[in-house]
Amino acid sequence: MWLKFEARTEPSLLMRYLSPVLAVFLMLICGLVLFSVLGKNPMEGFKVFFLNPVKDTYGMAELLLKATPLMLCAVGLSVGFRANIWNIGAEGQLLIGALAGGWVALHFEHSTSPLLLPAMILAGALGGMLWAAIPAFLRTRFNANEILTSLMLVYIAQLVVSWLVHGPWKDPDGFNFPQTKQFQVHAMLPLLKAGTRLNAAFLVGIGGLVVGWVFMNRSFLGYQMKVAGQAENASRYAGFSAKRTVWFGMLAGGCMAGIAGLAEVAGPIGQLTEHISPGYGFAAMIVAFLGRLNPIGIFFSSLLMALLYLGGEQAQQYLNLPSSISNVFQGMLLFFLLGSDVFVYFRPRFARRNK
Amino acid sequence: MQTPSTETPRLAVKGIRKAYPAVVANDAVSLSVMPGEIHAVLGENGAGKSTLMKLIYGVTHPDAGEIRWEGKLVTIKNPAQAREMGIGMVFQHFSLFETLTVVQNVALALPGKFDLVALAKRIEEVSERYGLPVDPRRLVHALSVGERQRVEIVRCLLSDPRLLILDEPTSVLTPQAVRKLFETLRKLAAEGRSILYISHKLDEIQELCHTATVLRGGKVIGTCKPAEETPATMARMMIGEDLPVCQHGDDSTHGEVRLKLEGLSRVAEDPFGTDLKDINLEVRSGEIVGIAGVSGNGQQELLLAISGEEPGASKRGVQICGVPAGRMHSGRRRGLGMCFVPEDRLGRGAVPRLTLTENTLLTAHRHGMLNHGLIRFKTARRFAEACITRFDVKCGGSESEAKSLSGGNLQKFIVGREIMQNPKVLVLAQPTWGVDVGAASFIRRTLVELRNQGTAILVISEELEELFEIADRIVVIAKGKLSPIKATSQTGVEEIGIWMSGLWPGAEARKKDSHVA
Amino acid sequence: MDQSLFTSILFATVVAGTPLIITALGELVTEKSGVLNLGPEGMMSVGAVAAFAVTHHTGNPWLGILAGMVAGMLMSLLFAFMALTLMANQVASGLALSIFGVGLSAFIGKSYESVALPSIVPMRIPLLADIPYIGPALFQQQALVYFSWILIGLVAWFLYKSKVGLILRAVGESPVSAHEIGHPVILIRYLATLFGGAMAGVGGAFLSVFYTPMWVEGMVAGRGWISLALVVFATWRPMRVMIGAYLFGGAMITQMFVQGSGLKLSIPAQFLSSLPYVATIVVLVLISRNLKTIRLNSPASLGQPFLPDA
Repeated sequence: MWLKFEARTEPSLLMRYLSPVLAVFLMLICGLVLFSVLGKNPMEGFKVFFLNPVKDTYGMAELLLKATPLMLCAVGLSVGFRANIWNIGAEGQLLIGALAGGWVALHFEHSTSPLLLPAMILAGALGGMLWAAIPAFLRTRFNANEILTSLMLVYIAQLVVSWLVHGPWKDPDGFNFPQTKQFQVHAMLPLLKAGTRLNAAFLVGIGGLVVGWVFMNRSFLGYQMKVAGQAENASRYAGFSAKRTVWFGMLAGGCMAGIAGLAEVAGPIGQLTEHISPGYGFAAMIVAFLGRLNPIGIFFSSLLMALLYLGGEQAQQYLNLPSSISNVFQGMLLFFLLGSDVFVYFRPRFARRNK
Repeated sequence: MQTPSTETPRLAVKGIRKAYPAVVANDAVSLSVMPGEIHAVLGENGAGKSTLMKLIYGVTHPDAGEIRWEGKLVTIKNPAQAREMGIGMVFQHFSLFETLTVVQNVALALPGKFDLVALAKRIEEVSERYGLPVDPRRLVHALSVGERQRVEIVRCLLSDPRLLILDEPTSVLTPQAVRKLFETLRKLAAEGRSILYISHKLDEIQELCHTATVLRGGKVIGTCKPAEETPATMARMMIGEDLPVCQHGDDSTHGEVRLKLEGLSRVAEDPFGTDLKDINLEVRSGEIVGIAGVSGNGQQELLLAISGEEPGASKRGVQICGVPAGRMHSGRRRGLGMCFVPEDRLGRGAVPRLTLTENTLLTAHRHGMLNHGLIRFKTARRFAEACITRFDVKCGGSESEAKSLSGGNLQKFIVGREIMQNPKVLVLAQPTWGVDVGAASFIRRTLVELRNQGTAILVISEELEELFEIADRIVVIAKGKLSPIKATSQTGVEEIGIWMSGLWPGAEARKKDSHVA
Repeated sequence: MDQSLFTSILFATVVAGTPLIITALGELVTEKSGVLNLGPEGMMSVGAVAAFAVTHHTGNPWLGILAGMVAGMLMSLLFAFMALTLMANQVASGLALSIFGVGLSAFIGKSYESVALPSIVPMRIPLLADIPYIGPALFQQQALVYFSWILIGLVAWFLYKSKVGLILRAVGESPVSAHEIGHPVILIRYLATLFGGAMAGVGGAFLSVFYTPMWVEGMVAGRGWISLALVVFATWRPMRVMIGAYLFGGAMITQMFVQGSGLKLSIPAQFLSSLPYVATIVVLVLISRNLKTIRLNSPASLGQPFLPDA
């Protein structure tokens, strides 16, 4: 017997929505196996990892808090991914966004203006866009592959952050810790629920999803980007500008990632440090794929991915496992998703091997 | 012409069936070929000819039926085995590798020792013996289409096949080159080799083949001796009805110049492409101009330059309705009233995984389908539905994916989409390639009608018959240059055929090594 | 410049370039078959941690290298199954491999973070090592350095002189044609991908067993991605991989030498650390600018799935 795939005449709509579910299911099974292999009770592991984080209001709020940067980055990235613009540097754009927004907060440290926060968000968006503009420019002007350039810029952004918090922006009263001053109260995003850390950035995230949905499904530019992603020659034949597609795809990702970065430093962190993001920019790629590059899907997949982060923290605390187990789960999830997707376009068939 | 007789057939297939998810490509197909016989497999596009050949050559495998090779029942696993048995195949689209040399290409298909020097010598011997000149050391991308075909044939002959399969071999040749190929094939048959000759060109089959098996819709309709038939009787077997004729109508009076190419030159972006050299051409309102030529002589580059998919440096190179448009991209050229139909349907003329409604937006979005940057899906759907009805596109409705349509129906949709935008200038490349006879004749009739309404039409085609059927004036492209233009009524297939190899009066003396065909 | 400084810069450059050469050559072979595997970063990470763990437990660095190789191959097998058998998008699958590999290596490596390996005595080549200046830099190196040189020759010979190499290039240019004349496209792509994985594993192993020698989370630090850029820089030609790798190697050790030289430069350390990444971008821009060179040299079917109609 030999497994073969034959093309479906029409892609299966059912499988399109079922395959993320299948992927999550497979990941859970693998998770149970992984816990057993590590000598933990799998049911206990499952409970600690997937249930404990959300057992109370505070936990739910943490889930939404963690999901916010993920959904912001993911919806921005989807705009580009749909057009085959592979911006994999959202992590760097997030960091530069945080720096730009943070700079506004630190520079106007005595301002009480209600415009301070909007200005910070704007600066965050512009910072992310600036960092994304570099690969966009190099791609459109010099044809340089945006995958590699955007990724290299992540490393550079990390070093820029490190330099600033170790050097020029270091809090003089901070006992030499690599961090800036705490942001003042007017530079912090307002909390949505007292007693939790959930802040207004979540609403910005939801707004981003809505705008993203309209853009992707109703606007002509969104349509053009879809065509560019699926058939480059058709896009050229129709006269859609390839450069505009690249620019827009990159900038959308940078803008959203920048806002996400700002939301972290003006939210749960409250200052600039070396550890602004636990890899949200990379996890957001998984969120985007898992959500089918579709804002509604992204909402759910960002919740799931946030749960994996929280689960990792719990696993570290209660199961004595390294928190990087989250990344293992994330990677597995993406693999299973890509694998399950074969059923969307192909029908499996068990055939005798030709002798 | 005599038919070889009474021994065991070299190849006999019986009751072959091959089904794909969407279509049964071969159903209960049987045929047999004797040693020394040239056997035609005749049928329309989509009749199942190519599938049958792939089955015989082991590229794919039948679901049912048997294949006997020289009397023995065989299962052909893969092409390597087919070659070992003595079957050679020349593919229509050539299975050659552009970045490799001729001898490397040949080595890839031969078993045994990897000695390129010795192999080059053998290639030269074989090419001399059968009148198929090729230089083993050249890179394939530098070869003309005709030369590539010779490489393919030589590659087959090196494994000394007893059955040679040729898939539509003449579609890339000038009429003169076709004659040379036939000489070679007759020589091969005289040596006792069998030949399976796949074609839809009736006159060629009549000239060359001893026997013909006719396929229609995946089934064998009959077997005949072409010498005893007329093209009309074979056509009836092939398409099930009489060959439709296109009424060309009177030469209408030509109006103003709508499309003008002036000193258009272009270095190809593709390293394997053809450079365009000083192209001048005028297409007037109410006429169809045809551009003939062997494929790979600059047709694709010319279309890209005219359509604006690759805008040029000179403004005046392309002028549309009097506006210098040479630097505009295709979207702006459409705004001037030009529409075009490219030769690739899926992936260029239409996006495979989008619905017909969405594919309407691709080029027709100017016609009231947008509202402040948002899409009016209703208007687009109405347009798509109108196009489906008017052009008789067989599909599951405006929400089916472009990919699910057959080649002919998708072509009708694309042609329809462009025509319904009432273009002032319409440019088409290979408008009926791979389209069944009925749809092809419908498309040609529509074009003539459109011409009569005053549209300026430019058709780039490799099918000479088609151009002679619809064009008012005809011009040849060879090595990126245009020949003088002639009224179709003032010239003939013979003269245009000679021009297709670049030899028109006044063409500059050609270098020794320049083979066009 | 005095002899010892020159020699030690050259020495360190060669050491820093070696994992890049090995990994990039593997990726080059993979790409030549038409498969774009964006996973070297993940494969190197897993190779590094596997090699480190096995060396730590067995005390035998060669077993460690072997383990790194096997680990890299297993990772690439995962990718190959996704991209070749299940026909998933190669870009997405490669990204998944990198994300997964980096995460997995961090997870496995947690318990090895405070462990150190004994340093391994280099292999001295008699006579050549006595050449002044360059001898001690080039011929008193780890065996894997010599291996990387041999590998360049082997890969070049394989691709351009052997029949299987010719078939591999043909598959990379046109899988459809290769299939039609009877070559097993998917099998060849599997093998090329596995070779790429094996070499990335060895490259990672070199880092953790010989170069540092210890395990730190994220120690591959973008070298996998730089290897990918190197393949483009080399326009898919093996000899040029070496030139590029030593250029990057040089960029990587600048920081070490500026700090070690006692020069009181007012350049922040982070700026020097960013040099290899900046260099990658610059190099990509310089090479990619020329579209024709890229088109002529890159495998025509790179990144495209192939489904034989059966």
